[in-house]
Amino acid sequence: MRYLPKSDAERRAILAELGLDSMDQLFASIPEACRLKRPLEVPGPLSEKEIIDYFRARAAENAAGYTSFLGAGVYNHLRSVVADALIQRGEFLTSYTPYQAEISQGTLQAIFEFQTLMCQLTGQEVANASMYDGSTATAEAAMMAVRLTGRRRLVVSRALHPEYRQVVDTYADHLGLEVAEVPFDAATGQTDLAAARAALNDATAAVVLQSPNFLGVLEAVPHFSELAHGPGALLVVAVAEAVALGAVRPPAEADIVAMEAQSLGLAPSFGGPFAGVIATREKFVRQMPGRLAGQTTDGAGRRGFVLTLATREQHIRREKATSNICTNQALCALAVTMHLALLGKEGLREMAAQNLAKARYAVAEFERLPGVRRAFSAPFFNEAALEFPRSVRMINQELLREKIIGPLPLGPFFPEQTKRGLLCVTEVHSRQDVDRLVAATRRALESLGAGARVAVSSPTER
Amino acid sequence: MAHPMSKATRHVSINEGLIFEKSAPGKRGMELPPLDVPSVDAAQALGREFSREAVEGFPEVSEIEVIRHFTRLSTWNYAIDLGMYPLGSCTMKYNPRVNEFVARLEGLATEHPLQPAELSQGCLRILRVLERFLLELTGMDAITLQPCAGAQGEYAGIAMIHAYLASRGNPRKKVLVPDSAHGTNPATAVTAGYQVLNIRSDSTGRIDLSHLAEYVSDDVAALMVTNPNTLGIFEQDIARAAELLHARGALLYMDGANMNALAGVARPGDFGVDVMHMNLHKTFSTPHGGGGPGAGPVAVKKPLEPFLPLPVLAEKPDGTLAWDSNRPQSIGRLRAFYGNFGVLVRALAYALAYGPGMIEATRDAVLNANYIRKKLEDVYDLPYAQPCMHEVVFSDARQKKHGVSTMDIAKRLIDYGFHPYTTAFPLIVPGALMIEPTESESRQELDLFVEAMRSIAAEAAETPELVKTAPHSARIGRLDEVGAARKPILRWTP
Repeated sequence: MRYLPKSDAERRAILAELGLDSMDQLFASIPEACRLKRPLEVPGPLSEKEIIDYFRARAAENAAGYTSFLGAGVYNHLRSVVADALIQRGEFLTSYTPYQAEISQGTLQAIFEFQTLMCQLTGQEVANASMYDGSTATAEAAMMAVRLTGRRRLVVSRALHPEYRQVVDTYADHLGLEVAEVPFDAATGQTDLAAARAALNDATAAVVLQSPNFLGVLEAVPHFSELAHGPGALLVVAVAEAVALGAVRPPAEADIVAMEAQSLGLAPSFGGPFAGVIATREKFVRQMPGRLAGQTTDGAGRRGFVLTLATREQHIRREKATSNICTNQALCALAVTMHLALLGKEGLREMAAQNLAKARYAVAEFERLPGVRRAFSAPFFNEAALEFPRSVRMINQELLREKIIGPLPLGPFFPEQTKRGLLCVTEVHSRQDVDRLVAATRRALESLGAGARVAVSSPTER
Repeated sequence: MAHPMSKATRHVSINEGLIFEKSAPGKRGMELPPLDVPSVDAAQALGREFSREAVEGFPEVSEIEVIRHFTRLSTWNYAIDLGMYPLGSCTMKYNPRVNEFVARLEGLATEHPLQPAELSQGCLRILRVLERFLLELTGMDAITLQPCAGAQGEYAGIAMIHAYLASRGNPRKKVLVPDSAHGTNPATAVTAGYQVLNIRSDSTGRIDLSHLAEYVSDDVAALMVTNPNTLGIFEQDIARAAELLHARGALLYMDGANMNALAGVARPGDFGVDVMHMNLHKTFSTPHGGGGPGAGPVAVKKPLEPFLPLPVLAEKPDGTLAWDSNRPQSIGRLRAFYGNFGVLVRALAYALAYGPGMIEATRDAVLNANYIRKKLEDVYDLPYAQPCMHEVVFSDARQKKHGVSTMDIAKRLIDYGFHPYTTAFPLIVPGALMIEPTESESRQELDLFVEAMRSIAAEAAETPELVKTAPHSARIGRLDEVGAARKPILRWTP
């Protein structure tokens, strides 16, 4: 086998040195009854060529060749080939968690740079490296607020990504926390401030919302911060589309920011691996989960970096740890660091500005179609909920014939919104892509019969 | 007296500042195609309340500077690609490059998790084939690939046990954890709402059955056990432990961190395990990447299947695959979307490369650990004499007499061109040296490691100061960790 660096003669020689006759004797400590006495019934072995052929065949069964306008937590942005080439250097790819600082300075310094970039982006004072993704970062941020306040109730916006919300529910459930939901305003799409005020009480640990929220609109973070702090609760702000922070005011008034960094240089990859981040105020750092690199010096006074504040972590504190997280998303965080170094201050600003421009162009073009309008009025970044005169699912079936994956139907998430879809347009979409989408939608609406009463789609369809 | 140092020679290491220190206004490393729609003014489009200027402090550097910056940083790391990385319990094996290649294919890396199922059949089939492979390997009945790491797998597993027991009337209050366990085990049990009871190992380093029997009660939900345990010893009484637990309505959870010792040889499903997780970044060779990403699938026996996290991969009558979220007894969702798909692709590429031959890797891993044990047992103290499997645990008892600790020996290994083994773990061995060579080491590399370890043992007796002040050839000396924690500097400031 090509991955195994021993000849049979070498194996026999080592066995002889151990005083053994066969490989089987190495397993003598496993009782007979526990042994598997037949070969595994699994496919393989495959050569490299066969492995590549197998995965190419699977790739051909997916959506290659389609133009997609999906966002909703996973975004298509331009990435330089440089970062991907760099993270494949074996010294990054095949190293472990940098516990041995003297021979891990490359990873440690890069983590320190990642933490710095995340602070600059979010307007917070400290950032960890890293959590599994945005959804688990949000859940862990909420648990962190529970520890910080000693309270056991969460107030969560209905405009938080529904799958993030489900993850928060899973974690909250096992700790017996109460979760109250706050609706969004039907006109603006923003979390209803008055309803949030009503939902808050002295037992509330945190208000949890997302900006840009799941419906694409920006939340008035400073107002919610003031609101949450009144009765002594904290504000947790989730960010699923981090490129927005190149143009949008950072959630500096939040106490904890839970961010998904996928859109900063990571491929969609059918949902992962991504990189979650928690950023917060310095005074909360000891309740923050996840790994941290800190700057220090060696005996000769040279600058170096170490993993620090490990007393928060499971390998030191065991059952008293802030979280059970161990393996994280380090290589993804490194790719993000490289991507942001390449993009830089001006590149990120320009990318964000292009997203603003392209999304607005698309919305304006859509609003020229009869019966199509933007569903919510608050400012948006690169995603907009659109209302159509027909079910989005039916329109999308038509678009698929033209190799277009249209707006994400909102019906499965919000049963009252079957005729609404979430459109995402980024700098990867050309004007022609958008024009083709709008023209195809026009044809779809015509063929579905704009005036006729067609079957209403069920809210569970997706 | 000079001892041989065959593996390593010093070479120049290039200095490099922080990326922020290389920044100058106006430089950039990436350009975008020109905007082909009317531009908008951010402040106007968003309103002053919502807009920001460029991100203050962000670096401004060119492409070549980015290449050099990270390439220089990379040369400061040790890596599997440079040599043996004997971190016990971490399974630092070769990470095949074809796995990286296929994970990046157009049609896999490019796919959106919310695209229609009919356009995702390739992704779903990959997941299905991996599920089947892991079920056959473990002898379990049902599986979720969603957990992103071993610790999240543990969480899913314990949450499922909680839900299962609750469905039978009482979720119970306590989880038993042996004193040799990984730190994630007790941390997980608490996150899932349980109290932890630590149970001690017997004089052979295994679970003490009589001690276990005292602890198992109607209040105990599960025992979390690692097998082989963190001493590298197979828990011979595992089936009896399972019977003991089952008789009182409790379940057996297995931490599969050490599956590299069992793949193709023994299946947890055949020795009484009810729930287990695997670490695909260990046994299945997906790269550790400096700390992640990983994947921690959880496999269960049939009675626990209804409690798997949402969504579950299901086959439709027409043979196509789709996600099923209509599962009322599920513990809920653990993560947005379906887990670390790209890691799962790599794991399947590894699995297919071996197929039924995975047992050869297992054998070589165990052979290598026993070879190291044999070659070092006369110079390092072996606290547990039982035959070892994929890893061997020594202690620093002999070197301690000269004031040299496991940490000192580990740091001195750096000078010899090796990454240290795992130090000071498991906790039941004071001054532990936990060595896991994996199957990826040739006889020559193993012999170099043995030579280094024997040389250090001699140095510990002859020139202990040399060992205690190591490393001497790293680009940086031992760092002030206490200072780093007392006054944390966690970001760069101008």
